[in-house]
Amino acid sequence: MKDWRYLLAEQRGTLLALGIFIVMFIIYTTNHPAGFTANVVQTAANKGVLLAFVAMAQTLVVITAGIDLSVGMILLLTNCLASWLVVGTPLETTLGVIAVLAAGLVCGAINGAIVIYGRLQPIVATIATGAVYYGIGLLLRPFPGGSVNEDLADALTGKLFDVIPTSLVALLVVVLVVWVPFSRSEFGRAAYAAGSSETAAYMSGVPIRRGKFIAYALAGVLASVGGLFLTFFTYTGEAAYASGNSYTLFSIAAVVLGGVSLFGGKGSAIGAIFGALAFRTIGDLLFVFDFDPLWQPLFQGVILLIAVSLGAFALFRVRNRLEWFL
Amino acid sequence: MSETTLGGIAGRMPKFIRRADPAVLTAFACIVILLLLGSLYSRSFLSPEYLLQQLKVASFLGVIATGMMLVILLGQIDLSVPWSVAAGAMMACAAAAYGPVGIALAIPFGVLCGVAIGIVNGIGVAYLRIPSMIITLATNAVAQGLMVVYTGGFSPQDSATAAMRYLATGFTIPGVPNAVIIWALIGAAMVFVLTRTSFGRAVYGIGNRERAAYLSGIDTRRIVMIAFAVSGGLSAFGGVLLAGYASKAAQSMGDAYLLPSIAAVVLGGTSILGGRGSYLGTVAGVILITLLQSILSVMQMPEAGRQIIYGVVIVAMLLLYGRAPASR
Repeated sequence: MKDWRYLLAEQRGTLLALGIFIVMFIIYTTNHPAGFTANVVQTAANKGVLLAFVAMAQTLVVITAGIDLSVGMILLLTNCLASWLVVGTPLETTLGVIAVLAAGLVCGAINGAIVIYGRLQPIVATIATGAVYYGIGLLLRPFPGGSVNEDLADALTGKLFDVIPTSLVALLVVVLVVWVPFSRSEFGRAAYAAGSSETAAYMSGVPIRRGKFIAYALAGVLASVGGLFLTFFTYTGEAAYASGNSYTLFSIAAVVLGGVSLFGGKGSAIGAIFGALAFRTIGDLLFVFDFDPLWQPLFQGVILLIAVSLGAFALFRVRNRLEWFL
Repeated sequence: MSETTLGGIAGRMPKFIRRADPAVLTAFACIVILLLLGSLYSRSFLSPEYLLQQLKVASFLGVIATGMMLVILLGQIDLSVPWSVAAGAMMACAAAAYGPVGIALAIPFGVLCGVAIGIVNGIGVAYLRIPSMIITLATNAVAQGLMVVYTGGFSPQDSATAAMRYLATGFTIPGVPNAVIIWALIGAAMVFVLTRTSFGRAVYGIGNRERAAYLSGIDTRRIVMIAFAVSGGLSAFGGVLLAGYASKAAQSMGDAYLLPSIAAVVLGGTSILGGRGSYLGTVAGVILITLLQSILSVMQMPEAGRQIIYGVVIVAMLLLYGRAPASR
């Protein structure tokens, strides 16, 4: 196979997600009353970027063949924390941001430690830690409220040179600082290897435990970046159980749309980002077509159901019925 | 050496203790400890009225956890519980608004809606081979969407029928709440199915290794699908009972049952990877969780503290006896 064809095959999931996103976004902007303007793009970017961070977090864990059902709750917890800490002078704000990111790191590391060193199943373990994180969030903010450094918030949710949404730039920075180094490092490869075949990776001496642990910990950091941005958009902190749950759910949907295999070892965070942006755009399509907002949950659910059912097409390639059972 | 001593000690114990699973024993021991701790706080913890009241509250979770256990024994999971519960409750109440026929059919109709959700799950997992965690999340979202559209985003105005209220709060045998009797009947049926029928054997077989079960002639896909349908139906039935208890359905009434039902099953010693576990353990897990919740609320712990303690207790207990073998 030629080099470029190999590359194309490797990135098929990501490219598919990009394609879906572009098509959906064109439909969205052409039907939007304001058309394709910087403001429309900015609003769409701000909503999409939030989910993109959570989806990136989910991707890191899903690559190791695990799942993190607490990402939404980490987002809530860090949102509540940020509404206390990210205020005041520039120095205080900076320290606050660092503290929030550290809190995310701790949450992710706890998940990782329980799953890898405690050897519990990721589903149960992260549901339980999610309850703990939600509880702490509720402790911090029993009622919605708090504030945030508005200069920073406006700067990060506004537009750069009046054209480019700053949140997109921030997303790009996070990709360059977190995802690219991780996926190219030894530990990133270990995470992929662990997801692909843990036994084989173990036998070949790949540091799977450390790779998986770093994946879980970084997932916590990425979720806390999402929590920071949620605070920047809303100016408040709120521990709403339903909203945390729906972020977890949507992150899984975005990951699936983005071509990341839930069995692990396949896909990239870039794909998940486009999956997240596409998922948000699909959800917003209802508004530009003037449907009743009541239909939005059903619409998103059906999209999710269709998206996950698409994976079933792999069944047509099965030559031996025993391959049904992984 | 220590093995033989242990065996010697175990040999002298009564048969039912020797055969019991250590996880189930731990769970029952924790129940006793919780009751003792509770009685230190208030003497009424050991009164028959309080214990019966706890059993009644536990029976709602017990019905839902029964379905969850069946699915977990297969090595799958059912995350569509929250809105299966809500859909069962809402649809049963909604049917009650359509005259006497509706009132008569309210309970079966509610359960059927749950079965329908379960069948979609089952088709996805068994025939389309979608990971159960994903497809059940998706059907949960669809069920939520349908209910939001149906109710207009508010709690529905229809109220529960007399029959639903009787099932949840009435007394057929004096002193024993009906809900407890229902749980006992469903539990007995589940024990029978799991231990005495080929369906039950097949469930354990699939949980251990679906490939081997398939090769030994079991129609594994049909079994998986039936299990998900039963789980959906039982969740909805739990919702029907809850609606009878509160005499109406509410938007997010099922949210509080997802984590507890999984936790109850897993704390009862059922392996989340499937193929291992007994119903007695699930009973212990359900009672344990209900007692924990009750004690925390009697101590007037705020919701935040309850969630934290709850998550910590589950992780701690799983670390005690729910760990996977080390990869070597």
